[in-house]
Amino acid sequence: MDQLTARELRDKIAQGEIKSQDATQAAFDAIEKTNGNIGAFLQTHKEHALKKAAQIDEKISNGDAVGSLAGLPIAIKDNMCMDVGKTTCASKYLENFHAPYNGGAVEKLNQADAVIIGKCNMDEYAMGSSTENSGLQKTANPWDTARVPGGSSGGSAAAVAAKMCWATLGSDTGGSIRQPASFCGVVGLKPTYGRVSRYGLVAYGSSLDQIGPITKTVGDAGLMLGAIAGYDNRDSTSVPETDAPVLDYLKDLDKPIENLKIGVAKEFFEVDGLDPDVAKSVKEALNLYESMGAKLVDVELPHIKYSVATYYLVATAEASSNLARYDGVHYGHRTADPKDYIDVYSSSREEGFGEEVKRRIMLGTYALSSGYYDAYYLKALKVRNLIRQDFNHAFEKVDCLMSPTAPEVAFKMGDKTDNPLKMYLSDIYTIAVNLAGMPGISIPCGLNSNNLPIGLQIISPNFTEDKLLRIANMFESKTDHHTRFPAR
Amino acid sequence: MDVKLIVGLEIHVHLATNTKMFCGCRLGYDDPPNTNVCPVCLGMPGSLPVINKQAYIHSVRTALALNCSITKFTKWDRKSYYYPDLPKNYQISQYDLPMSEHGYMDIPLGDGKTKRIRILRAHLEEDAGKNLHEGLGHSQVDLNRAGSPLLEIVTEPDLNSAEECRILAMELQKLVQFIGASHGDMQKGHMRFEPNINLHITEGNNTYKTPICEVKNLNSFRAVEGAVAYEEWRHLEEWKMDHDFVMEKQDKQNRGWDDVKKETVFQRGKEEAHDYRYFPDPDLVPVVIDGVWLEEIKSTMGELPAAMKERFISDYGLNDYDAMVLTGDKATATFFDDAVKAGAKAKIVTNIVTQYGLSIANEKQVALDQIGVSSAQVADLAKLIDDGTINSSAAKTIFEKMLTEDGDPKSIAEKHNLIQVSDTSALEGILDQVLADNQKAVEDFRAGGKKAPKSRGFLLGQVMQKSKGQANPKVVGDLLDAKLNG
Ligand SMILES: [Zn+2]
Repeated sequence: MDQLTARELRDKIAQGEIKSQDATQAAFDAIEKTNGNIGAFLQTHKEHALKKAAQIDEKISNGDAVGSLAGLPIAIKDNMCMDVGKTTCASKYLENFHAPYNGGAVEKLNQADAVIIGKCNMDEYAMGSSTENSGLQKTANPWDTARVPGGSSGGSAAAVAAKMCWATLGSDTGGSIRQPASFCGVVGLKPTYGRVSRYGLVAYGSSLDQIGPITKTVGDAGLMLGAIAGYDNRDSTSVPETDAPVLDYLKDLDKPIENLKIGVAKEFFEVDGLDPDVAKSVKEALNLYESMGAKLVDVELPHIKYSVATYYLVATAEASSNLARYDGVHYGHRTADPKDYIDVYSSSREEGFGEEVKRRIMLGTYALSSGYYDAYYLKALKVRNLIRQDFNHAFEKVDCLMSPTAPEVAFKMGDKTDNPLKMYLSDIYTIAVNLAGMPGISIPCGLNSNNLPIGLQIISPNFTEDKLLRIANMFESKTDHHTRFPAR
Repeated sequence: MDVKLIVGLEIHVHLATNTKMFCGCRLGYDDPPNTNVCPVCLGMPGSLPVINKQAYIHSVRTALALNCSITKFTKWDRKSYYYPDLPKNYQISQYDLPMSEHGYMDIPLGDGKTKRIRILRAHLEEDAGKNLHEGLGHSQVDLNRAGSPLLEIVTEPDLNSAEECRILAMELQKLVQFIGASHGDMQKGHMRFEPNINLHITEGNNTYKTPICEVKNLNSFRAVEGAVAYEEWRHLEEWKMDHDFVMEKQDKQNRGWDDVKKETVFQRGKEEAHDYRYFPDPDLVPVVIDGVWLEEIKSTMGELPAAMKERFISDYGLNDYDAMVLTGDKATATFFDDAVKAGAKAKIVTNIVTQYGLSIANEKQVALDQIGVSSAQVADLAKLIDDGTINSSAAKTIFEKMLTEDGDPKSIAEKHNLIQVSDTSALEGILDQVLADNQKAVEDFRAGGKKAPKSRGFLLGQVMQKSKGQANPKVVGDLLDAKLNG
């Protein structure tokens, strides 16, 4: 059963060939066997999931209509609020927090008859690129358990790569879906900002955060996106369907794009620390597209070199404000014996937050302080506009841009924990896409000499996920990288 | 020595929406604590704000009534500070692009003149909850009020007396109630005032500016007037003691009002002031007001109280005082206007409304249109007085009967025998009887001189009494004069 893609499994369940209960049980069996080594899951909801699966099986046997994810076992990143179990954001502060409501994406999964089996580990509050910042547990890369799975959606990517479930949701603020997908050799899609509701997604950088799927194949990503995309009147930044309708992402998936023009920015290949194996794999991928009739076009992204700096001002400023609510007063961790009422705040936060979270809160607070706002935050917003313009100019000439997803393959645990700046550069290719708001996907495009996966990133204009998936699928249909999984 | 008081007011007005500013929770501050709350106004992880369109409309209406220009493109900003009654530890407000600015309000002064007070800006924001500290070893937080829509109005420092501050406060209450933007209930804390006060003292060639003080959270007109007057006195006294009590020497401070001792008390100085770290709220999209929508709001504004008052004076011939009373609130103004428009004489309607209607409304603590008598009934009643069908003492009785009985004033008058008798043959019999029974008074009258008018009055009174008040006094008087002089 674990050889199937999510689409195949979904179809078999809908046709009654496989019971959702059996698929769900198989997922829990795999988790039991594998999660001890990998640590992808923070919590599982076996009883609840099996009950839900039984209900869907009954619907199917009764011939009732079922949703697009009928009976498919799915896991989500633990920063999405759900009224079952806990929503921890992998933070000690929220270790015992039970959200009293379901977020927009969770609701959509429920409406589509998905079976949510559990919640995945992540960097605390989605701040990190290796999942090492989780305040609750470690997650290993299934390809090499001494290495990180990437982050911040490391648990979600590792769960798919280790075949503990068929598809997961992650969230991507600066590459947090695409980079772990790349490190784990799976597909990760960050939709256009506003495509998927952020309601119930615990905010890190509100103007950058977006939920998206991590899957085995491009088609599975399309299936998942179709289920979770759409306007939500509880999220003012979600885009109405009148402005950008949700499309059928599977209908024309197998049709190649004729006369595809691929933008290649020299800036992408001039990055310090770009692993030659990664550069080689990505160039081979570009050659393959050329052989399919695509044209490679040189484009310039002159402001892209400022993306990391811009991102760490915008995201941390928003984070410093978003995380102010974790104060020890209303919910979550409260310090045991506060000296006074100020100490309730400072000690609860001191004890509840990890180092990286504190670092980013301080960075962001500083950037917003009076006297510094213009020089840092306001300037960052201006550069952000320039980066957006760079992309828009490029897309006047090309259908998409291609680059490595990350400058390197999965690194060893502990390699970068002492050097936050080095860690930040792990997202150098993905960050600009969040700043610009556009959709981006990472697909596996090869293994390096150490048998570690390499990811190809494809970026397309706003709300062209249909095209983006078709472009990605062109590559997938001509290669077998997506069929490779780590040895058990 | 010349002393000038300089005051600018910040006013927080609670808007009369059904639900909160950024979520669907009901507005109900008096409900049991923490019952009108949801993930959004509790600041739960993952929750997001969505603006309340009705609050925006109320704000636009108020801003228009204050002659402000409406900003076509506004955004929302986060104002950061840590406080237990603020669940997100930031307040969603409008910082550098308020929804409206640059207006004015004309306030009536005691001498019959008006004074123009400029409005700097008005912006929308969400309120915080309430911390309760009373009688406990710990504090409690009630978040029913958290996230309710607030309009903050800021005047220019154009107010120069405590009385002007009170008048502006009262006029503003009247205005927001009139246009329905707020219930303006002071007792329920629907309006809070924060005056910024200092003195400009000129002595010889020197002008001293005393340090600005802001008195926080005043929630009654008396407190506004009292706090400003107290500060005026305090600033002058402190300056007299020390001419260095000037703006350059001391930063702005916040003070509170002690309603028992009737004095202001120091709260905090600038060194403890917050850096609010304002920045645009990424969870909300900017509001773009299109012309069509603005016109739609304008067209539903109706007549404002100042314009209505002017019309009552010019069209209905009311005096300034009556016109002011009758435009005191929208219900009264509309009630009065409707009765006059139904064809009754304005002067008579004025008397009925001010003498009977408003006192009953006051007694019952309800608006005039809620006392149980309609404007149509009042119009009919006024017409009955005007054409002599009833006299004014009967009018009062009929009005009171109408509070509990059905029917138009005329049928009530008939039912209770309150129709004036103007029929001379019916009255002549009574009159003859009275004259026969009171020979002494008849003689006094005929003798003329000082006693005559008193005697006439006495005889008239006797007739009215015998007719049980139904006799038309004018007809009786004419008859009496004819008989005695004849
Ligand atoms: Zn609420």
